[in-house]
Amino acid sequence: MSAPVLQVRELVMRFGGLTAVNQVSFNARAGDITAVIGPNGAGKTTVFNLITGFYRPSAGEILLHGRSGERALHRTPGHRIAQEGVARTFQNIRLFPGMTVLENLLVAQHNRLQASTFFGIGAALGLGRYRAAERAAVDLAKHWLEATRLLDRADDAAGSLPYGAQRRLEIARAMCTEPVLLCLDEPAAGLNPRESEELSELIRLIRASGCSILLIEHDMGVVMKISDRVVVLDHGKKIADGTPAEVRADETVIAAYLGEGDEDDTPAVPLEGAA
Amino acid sequence: MSGANSSLGVPHEGGVPHNDDGVPDPGELSGIPRSSAPPAPRPPMAHSLRDAGMAALVALGLFVPLVGLRTDVGPGGGGLIIRTRWADVAILVGLVFAGRLLLNLWTTFRPAPKPRTAQRSAMIARVGTWVAPVLLAYAVLLPMLPGTTRYGLDLGILVLTYVMLGWGLNIVVGLAGLLDLGYVAFYAVGAYSYALLSTTFGLSFWVCLPLAGLLAAFWGVLLGFPVLRLRGDYLAIVTLAFGEIIRVVLLNWVSLTGGPNGISGIPRPSFFGLSFSAGGGPGSFSDFFGLEPSPTHRVVFLYYVILALALLTNWVTIRLRRQPLGRAWEALREDEIACRALGINVTNTKLTAFAIGAMFGGFAGAFFATRQAFISPESFTFIESAIILAIVVLGGLGSQLGVAIAALVMIGGFEAFRDLEEWRMLVFGGAMVVIMVWRPRGLVSSRTPSVSLGKRRAIAAELVGQGR
Repeated sequence: MSAPVLQVRELVMRFGGLTAVNQVSFNARAGDITAVIGPNGAGKTTVFNLITGFYRPSAGEILLHGRSGERALHRTPGHRIAQEGVARTFQNIRLFPGMTVLENLLVAQHNRLQASTFFGIGAALGLGRYRAAERAAVDLAKHWLEATRLLDRADDAAGSLPYGAQRRLEIARAMCTEPVLLCLDEPAAGLNPRESEELSELIRLIRASGCSILLIEHDMGVVMKISDRVVVLDHGKKIADGTPAEVRADETVIAAYLGEGDEDDTPAVPLEGAA
Repeated sequence: MSGANSSLGVPHEGGVPHNDDGVPDPGELSGIPRSSAPPAPRPPMAHSLRDAGMAALVALGLFVPLVGLRTDVGPGGGGLIIRTRWADVAILVGLVFAGRLLLNLWTTFRPAPKPRTAQRSAMIARVGTWVAPVLLAYAVLLPMLPGTTRYGLDLGILVLTYVMLGWGLNIVVGLAGLLDLGYVAFYAVGAYSYALLSTTFGLSFWVCLPLAGLLAAFWGVLLGFPVLRLRGDYLAIVTLAFGEIIRVVLLNWVSLTGGPNGISGIPRPSFFGLSFSAGGGPGSFSDFFGLEPSPTHRVVFLYYVILALALLTNWVTIRLRRQPLGRAWEALREDEIACRALGINVTNTKLTAFAIGAMFGGFAGAFFATRQAFISPESFTFIESAIILAIVVLGGLGSQLGVAIAALVMIGGFEAFRDLEEWRMLVFGGAMVVIMVWRPRGLVSSRTPSVSLGKRRAIAAELVGQGR
């Protein structure tokens, strides 16, 4: 059993009178793919927004074991969290549509590049150090473009890509920040079965490169196949936590998915039918 | 900074949680072809007639009170009488009806527009690459061209000042996407900085120029702080207020700024210590070079100073666009939330945009003060901000060439129509409407990528964000 890369402890998030996340604790182990699942409105995306610093938790702790040792993410400003090694994608794709695919990936490496410009002066004068840094950045971008099969579209506007390619580009962009933990918010949403299959491959490839993955997903085929560990949320509470097989057999999970299908677009069938 | 961001998809603490519907925002859908149903076909003639009738009805409603009824002073000088002019109303309504009908018929029966062929696009692109060098060469050679009058040079200086202001504002509005309606404040700060520093401490123009820029940048940062979390309309209103605050302070702080009387006797710039005095004399430019003393020397010199300043603005902007900072500005315009998720310090990035934009405004202000030798708060009203913003919008957000052409058209064109007297504003307004109808995203609306693996291809305007 490896060490955790992310520890979430008794996390609480209230929006006025609504408690969206209630005393949720779980660990994501280094090198694992940890999936967070649950019916709509269970608080999954809120947990993501808390981990990536878009919300401040009402109570609880989030600890990252990243590049610079242990780091309390709940006290870290939003833009520092990415610098500590947490990258994320968004449920509704957030690319820079008017910039090219390559530019999107270079923006992701902003901090490393900016550090080599000497407050912009060195780069304005075209000094060698900045040129080398930019070459390295383009090489890293090319690497992830190849991994996501987007290399031939590198000079096209991100907004002109088809939907599936935009999803892949968002993952490539997140990987260009060189994260230790990649948070994917419903990466398979809107993809056809073949694209989902390719996405699973891509996620496995990313894990093989040494990055841990936290995944929100409704596509149970993807979740059950690639996850090492599954955390189930319902109404803001954690109701199960274990291997895919354990979770699938869990009574409370089945009840959450079958029993209260009020706004549920994820029926239990794929959950049980998954391999 | 609190964790919650006040804009876009991430709501306030206490607001509704993240929308969980997975439906991308309209702007994010831009890559996906939207199915738009073609309008249902109608009998063209009957529809055109009915539409023209409606337009005539609206015109009738407008022109009856506006034109049809007119109050005049009565014959005895006592009281007002109402005069009716129904014939004029009938003529105007008839014109509206006929005009609308012709327009309708033309749009119905005109030949289908030819799709722009690749050949034609390539030709336009080739011509486009020549526009900038030709304009630049013309700008450099203007004082030497035969037939350039003193008036022409003065107009050139005015146009170049607005080109520089447009380029400065383009950094804030065009690249970073922050709508700034108070840009004239930095112009004023620069002008008053130079005027006060030179008249009080006797510092020369060349010492004061960087100081004016620095002070304007400082005020840019000062404005930036309170508006960091504002976007769109709210940002526009606060920057507008900031512009007015600066002007009102200048107007009322009489002991420092002279209030409405302004500051006069501002020193003129020197050419490496040589003055441009009209009488010649020892130590003057004409004396040193053995030339006949002429007031034109100073005008030519001022022309080249503002040309150099404007080109400096352009050069810095072009360089910055290819750098991490410039890319971060553009990314900020496209999607602020994504920027934060990628570890970009949004606060600093916005502040640098405000500061660098303001700095160039300050340079232009210092130049304005030295050219006029007299400044007063009247030169820094809201209409100036509006003109500069109009230049940037008409030129195309983020486009350097477009902004230069727009400044030339707006400022130069406004002067060219001087003969039209009171019709000038009408022509001017009409021209702006036509440009915006013809090219809704500005004269040069496509975006050139800052970096590419292969051949650089322009990005269509529809994909590029406009900031908020």
